[in-house]
Amino acid sequence: MRWIWIDKFLEFNSGKSAVALKNVTLAEEHLHDHFPGFPIMPECLMIEAMAQTAGILVGEARNFEEKVILAKITTCVFHHYVRPGDTITLHAVIESIAPEAASTSGRILRGEELIAEISLMFSHIDKNLSGKQFPEENFVFTDMFKSLLTGLVEPKTVSGQG
Amino acid sequence: MAMSRDEVFGEVKEVLVDALGLDDDEVTESATLMGDLGAESIDFLDIVFRLEKSFGIKIPREELFPAESLMNNPEYVSNGKLTDKGMAELKAKMPHTNISKFQDDPDINKMADLFTVAAVVNFVEGKLKAA
Repeated sequence: MRWIWIDKFLEFNSGKSAVALKNVTLAEEHLHDHFPGFPIMPECLMIEAMAQTAGILVGEARNFEEKVILAKITTCVFHHYVRPGDTITLHAVIESIAPEAASTSGRILRGEELIAEISLMFSHIDKNLSGKQFPEENFVFTDMFKSLLTGLVEPKTVSGQG
Repeated sequence: MAMSRDEVFGEVKEVLVDALGLDDDEVTESATLMGDLGAESIDFLDIVFRLEKSFGIKIPREELFPAESLMNNPEYVSNGKLTDKGMAELKAKMPHTNISKFQDDPDINKMADLFTVAAVVNFVEGKLKAA
């Protein structure tokens, strides 16, 4: 299944902030049902796009060593609809990061217009579910997600610090 | 700059309101974080992050909410109740909580009730004094 809600990164400041871009297009099938005659990007998918932007930022900060998963939507406010043909930018900032979790704040903009404000918390599941077995490979950060960072970040040496 | 207990309580209240999406008046000193205020494990991490930022202190994760290591150790728990060794460990690790009622019935399922707003305020005060 293809589940990627951002198209490219415009900026990437490792460990601090990132800006991603998404083009919204009528080729996205769900828009024909959401809603018939009035297609708008579902807010839940805007949250997912922000979660992917911020999640990659958080994962890369720790060299993709942990599986970073969305654990909590702290706050989430939407100001305008997003329509097909719009280009939105997702601005994510790491507020706090620790070995077990991270919290991020973010805004979605359409040009200069504020579309949404979304704060999230991520859990690093290898550190939080001791004793449970997970597949060896990092199933959260697939090659497609990592390829978004090509040219933007240098691969880090493995660090053991928090 | 020494903060009074009221000032610390005020800041802790703001942290809890933001982290748990509560109304101001829900946060009383005796309210339990999990029972009354609906906090879950991910919320504890959020609360620790915000307390660190608000008060400029460092809180190692296990310090504020050390229950997990206590509950999983067979020396400290027997038949669903804390052993004497466990109780001693609890007193040592969580001096910021009021364990007088818990001592009468050390049922580990009731441990969550120790995490009150007052305990968080006590903890922060302790950290600020030590800083």
